Amino acid sequence: MEIVVCVKQVPDTTEVKIDPVTNTLIRQGVPSIVNPFDKNAVEAALVLKEKHGGKVTVISMGPPQAKDALKECLAMGADAAILISDRAFGGADTLATSYTLAAAIKKLGTVDLIFCGKQAIDGDTAQVGPEIAEHLGIPQVTYVAKVEVDGGTARLEREHEDGYEVIEVNTPVMLTFVKSANEPRYPTVKGTMRANRAEIPVWTLADLEVDEARLGLKGSPTQVRKIFTPKQRTQGVLIQKDTAREAVAELIAKMTEAKIV
Amino acid sequence: MQFELTDDQKMMQKMVREFAEKEVAPGTEERDEHEKFERSLFDSLGDLGVTGICFPEQYGGAGGDNLSYILAIEEISRVDDGLGIALSASVSLCGWPIYAYGSEEQKKKYLVPLAEGTKLGAFGLTEPNAGTDAASQQTVAVLQGDHYVLNGSKIFITNAGEAETYIVFAMTDKSKGVKGISAFILEKGMPGFTFGKKEHKLGIRSSQTMELIFQDVKVPVANLLGKEGEGFKIAMSTLDGGRIGVAAQALGVAQAALDHAVKYSKERVQFGKPIAANQAIAFMLADMAVKVDAARLLTYRAAYLKDNGQPYSKEAAMAKLYASDAAMAVTTDAVQIFGGYGYSREYPVERLMRNAKITQIYEGTNQVQRMVISGAVLR
Repeated sequence: MEIVVCVKQVPDTTEVKIDPVTNTLIRQGVPSIVNPFDKNAVEAALVLKEKHGGKVTVISMGPPQAKDALKECLAMGADAAILISDRAFGGADTLATSYTLAAAIKKLGTVDLIFCGKQAIDGDTAQVGPEIAEHLGIPQVTYVAKVEVDGGTARLEREHEDGYEVIEVNTPVMLTFVKSANEPRYPTVKGTMRANRAEIPVWTLADLEVDEARLGLKGSPTQVRKIFTPKQRTQGVLIQKDTAREAVAELIAKMTEAKIV
Repeated sequence: MQFELTDDQKMMQKMVREFAEKEVAPGTEERDEHEKFERSLFDSLGDLGVTGICFPEQYGGAGGDNLSYILAIEEISRVDDGLGIALSASVSLCGWPIYAYGSEEQKKKYLVPLAEGTKLGAFGLTEPNAGTDAASQQTVAVLQGDHYVLNGSKIFITNAGEAETYIVFAMTDKSKGVKGISAFILEKGMPGFTFGKKEHKLGIRSSQTMELIFQDVKVPVANLLGKEGEGFKIAMSTLDGGRIGVAAQALGVAQAALDHAVKYSKERVQFGKPIAANQAIAFMLADMAVKVDAARLLTYRAAYLKDNGQPYSKEAAMAKLYASDAAMAVTTDAVQIFGGYGYSREYPVERLMRNAKITQIYEGTNQVQRMVISGAVLR
């Protein structure tokens, strides 16, 4: 079973601060981590590999330092990692990113499963995974909490707010994973040392069969005009009474107190 | 001269830190309160390979260096130094002497499971009347055919009762003094080998400390570690390495206290400003930071020397002496900065202060460290 996991290196948002003047993220000095949902995708892939055999390849598009994220996945137990990196890919939005990643996946040859996290914690778009599936013309299932594979069929549980949708789908398929799917394993000491010694190949523009007009900033229809911090809103008050009449009375009292009415 | 960790060391540090913060930290207070050694946490350290970092792969280890292992102890000790010393006692005081002095059979039988973390190790040297004066051992081992018969007892043994493998020192020839001490590998469950009372301690309460009692324990000749009469040498060289572990433990405690103090002093507002805005507090933090860094440099240097096959006995003693004194001073200052809250169990700094004290005492009191250092300086 050939599984490709797409991962993204993101700033650790628990430590991110926003520059009050420019309204952009202060990335300097903020540690980089593997996008947490992507770790769930790696874990799901490793579990399937342990059960059915095969190979887990982790890919990431990003600057050279994204190798650290790939190393972490290798330390967890992935078999191979490839960094997709070229100045031509820089400034890509989700469409150009997914186009580039899809080209890399095509180059890998036969792939049964493509795993992604449900979204990245920096951009929060949740678009790259589904777009990869579209570029490749394969089915996709998002928000997967459980996956079992039997031959050419994957049986999935897709997480909803109020339950699970059980889906059967033929492979190859692209899945995005939610946090509740699993508890990502810690890398082991041996895995860490092996990962540090691993050669991570870098695929550049020259390695991919792509239309250059669809890459990077110029291949990105999304234009960011402004990033800003929304005004902080205080939590609302929930009035719960036995009857609507009592609740309304309480509401009126509170509104009067606040001099709204 | 380079002050940068290698990629391996950095990744190891990050990995252990993540594990410590997510898996170890949540139960630290409870284990301290109830004096509970949590074996499953040690087992997890085995699964991750932390117990075997510095042993070769052929003996179940990862083939990493000693500094990586020291970083692991520091990271674990930042959140729970009881677990830190349990690891250090198993690896440095039990695994290491088997690695350094054991026969091939002994390494296969005893070192492999210790390195893999499937077994826990302990080290029994101290007796009621033989602490710093380790040479006045009263535990005796008498050779009878194909086994030795051990009689005596040991006190204050870390991991005792929980551990499966023990390095135990006993007199095989009283007439020879220190040259009459020999080292043995004992297994939990050997007939006549039992445990005495559990110590109730000021700190490191998440590690278990007990007495070892030997009543006509038959130990096969194959379990003699090194040669007869080499026990004292084995004990002293083992403690040289163990001291780097204790230094790392103290360093972790000191770093934790500094981190808590910095955070609290920025949050605690008195007279309309954070207390960190007072130089009285800020300068305390500065002094604490210097002590922590100096302790770190001495500790890493000792580990570096060991990794590079250079003598490290004096440097390990310096690291242990300084780091433990630093831990005591920094944790005491942290409690002071927290004021009344610092004295309360609701905040972690009182625990850190209780835990720091032992690092000035065990694996050679700080007075013994000064004997080692002055001995080397005056040579």
